[in-house]
Amino acid sequence: MLGYVARRLRATVFVLVGVSVLVFVMVRLIPGDPALILAGVDASREQAAEVRRGLGLDQPIWIQYARYVGRALEGDLGKSIHSRRPVWREIRDRFPATLELTMVSLALAGVIGVVVGVVSAVRRGSAIDSIAMIGSLAGVSMPIFLLGVLLIWLFSLYLGLLPTGGSPPCLFCVEHVRHLVLPSITLAGVSVGMVARLTRSTMLEVVHEEFVRTARAKGLAERIVIYKHALRNAMIPVVTYMGLQFGVLLGGAVVTEQIFSWPGMGRMLVEAIESRDYPVIQGAILFMASVFVAINLLVDLLYGWLDPRISYE
Amino acid sequence: MSSLFRGHRFAWAGLACLLLFVMAALLAPWIAPYDPLRQVIAERLQGPSTTHWLGTDQFGRDIFSRVLYGGRISLGIALLSVLLGLIVGGLLGLGAGYSGRLDGPIMRAMDVLLSFPAVLLAIMVVTILRPGVLTVIIAVGVRSIPAFARMVRGAVLVVRSLPYAEAAAAIGASHLRTITRTIVPNSLPPVLVFSTLQVANNILLAAILSYLGLGIQPPGAEWGLMVSQGRGWLRDAPHVAMMPGLAIFAVVLAVNMVGDGLRDRLDVKLKESGA
Repeated sequence: MLGYVARRLRATVFVLVGVSVLVFVMVRLIPGDPALILAGVDASREQAAEVRRGLGLDQPIWIQYARYVGRALEGDLGKSIHSRRPVWREIRDRFPATLELTMVSLALAGVIGVVVGVVSAVRRGSAIDSIAMIGSLAGVSMPIFLLGVLLIWLFSLYLGLLPTGGSPPCLFCVEHVRHLVLPSITLAGVSVGMVARLTRSTMLEVVHEEFVRTARAKGLAERIVIYKHALRNAMIPVVTYMGLQFGVLLGGAVVTEQIFSWPGMGRMLVEAIESRDYPVIQGAILFMASVFVAINLLVDLLYGWLDPRISYE
Repeated sequence: MSSLFRGHRFAWAGLACLLLFVMAALLAPWIAPYDPLRQVIAERLQGPSTTHWLGTDQFGRDIFSRVLYGGRISLGIALLSVLLGLIVGGLLGLGAGYSGRLDGPIMRAMDVLLSFPAVLLAIMVVTILRPGVLTVIIAVGVRSIPAFARMVRGAVLVVRSLPYAEAAAAIGASHLRTITRTIVPNSLPPVLVFSTLQVANNILLAAILSYLGLGIQPPGAEWGLMVSQGRGWLRDAPHVAMMPGLAIFAVVLAVNMVGDGLRDRLDVKLKESGA
């Protein structure tokens, strides 16, 4: 196990280096001179040269990269061209809203997906199973923004029950929850069908295992067999999948935040692209990719801990 | 073909629906009742009627015609991006599976690509390149590369260890012959199923890019873009956003139904991955 952890950590460090190289190269590939963008279009040649020196853009590319990584490790991701504030501060302000949205959606998708999956598996072939599986397929095929637009139309405009979007006005209040309902359902919609399908298929596999037959044979109630013996074992791949879905939802949050004007990092990223605010784009992508990598690592390690049968070769 | 989807009415329904969309997209210039870009301000935001089957948008453009033309863009981007992923990823996977020296570097590079959420990876490509159809194809296709590479590499490793591949090598078959005659045909079923499901995912991802304003630019008739532009008229004219949105939903559902049918039929096990 320890050897596995070490190997997995080494691979993660390698991936993070790759991610940073890719993000660094991306910004170099953007057409236009970053010094000119920073100095402004009306800057003189001397001013531009000054900014270039200040940014270290006159140095060889690998030194630029080393400096960039060095600064990033110290938490210095540069300054926003737009707001002139440090990028890490922009991220710190915006990330909690994204994290909140993602976590709530993940919980929703998990609870609904597992319940639907288990019921379908237990009543395999019934009308409930068919409806649930058609629903899951529809959920998987639904463009996230269509779901968002449908929910806004129905609950905000037609029924007038919930706000169409925007930032919650306060932290701990009913209004906050009301603002969170539609975005989190929309984002959860991406995953709930997948979770339901996966739960159903792992449940169906587990039900045919010998330990389930043994549990039945020794006269346990069907309820206990299903919910205690089968479900627990079927949950291992589902839990792993949920962990990986966290990263997928982080990506989906970019769209959801745009639909509902949710004040998170995804919206910040899209705004930064619109205003060509390269330090923010670079910082936001690097940060989100790193979070994604860290979560994948955590899920892998957790998986090994949950299921000791797995060998790490 | 008749035995391909035996007992899968779903898959057949999906295939029929998909063919309908493909035909509509191909024949758009002949069957569209109006020019998709023609603006008639006097007829703006009309609901569905006999003259405008799906109504008109905020510029008085005929939504039915725009949805037909939008199919050309969405389906075209999806097919070409999957093809891009398949060719690049397939070659990388072949290289990695065949050559021990290339295996490490190629697969580590694929790990790096996989460590970005799909939307972020596409956004990165879009930030670098000029907006346009080709950019969207690349942005969406890049995401398919690592998955195809892994799949083809896996298939190569399995096939290489099978007796008939050893036999082929033993009778002195060249590498090229082994690849084209044994490895490619044997890795075909999973690649085919995965490609189908990937078409569905790529339609969604391309539409997401356009919805965010980073893909196809106005006045292009792209479904995701049409939904995002219709978003502002949701209160008075919900059909402007709904109709193109439902078109995406229907075509993705159809592709997924075909993909599921193929998977059951060819008995392929795939790890499901989200968008």
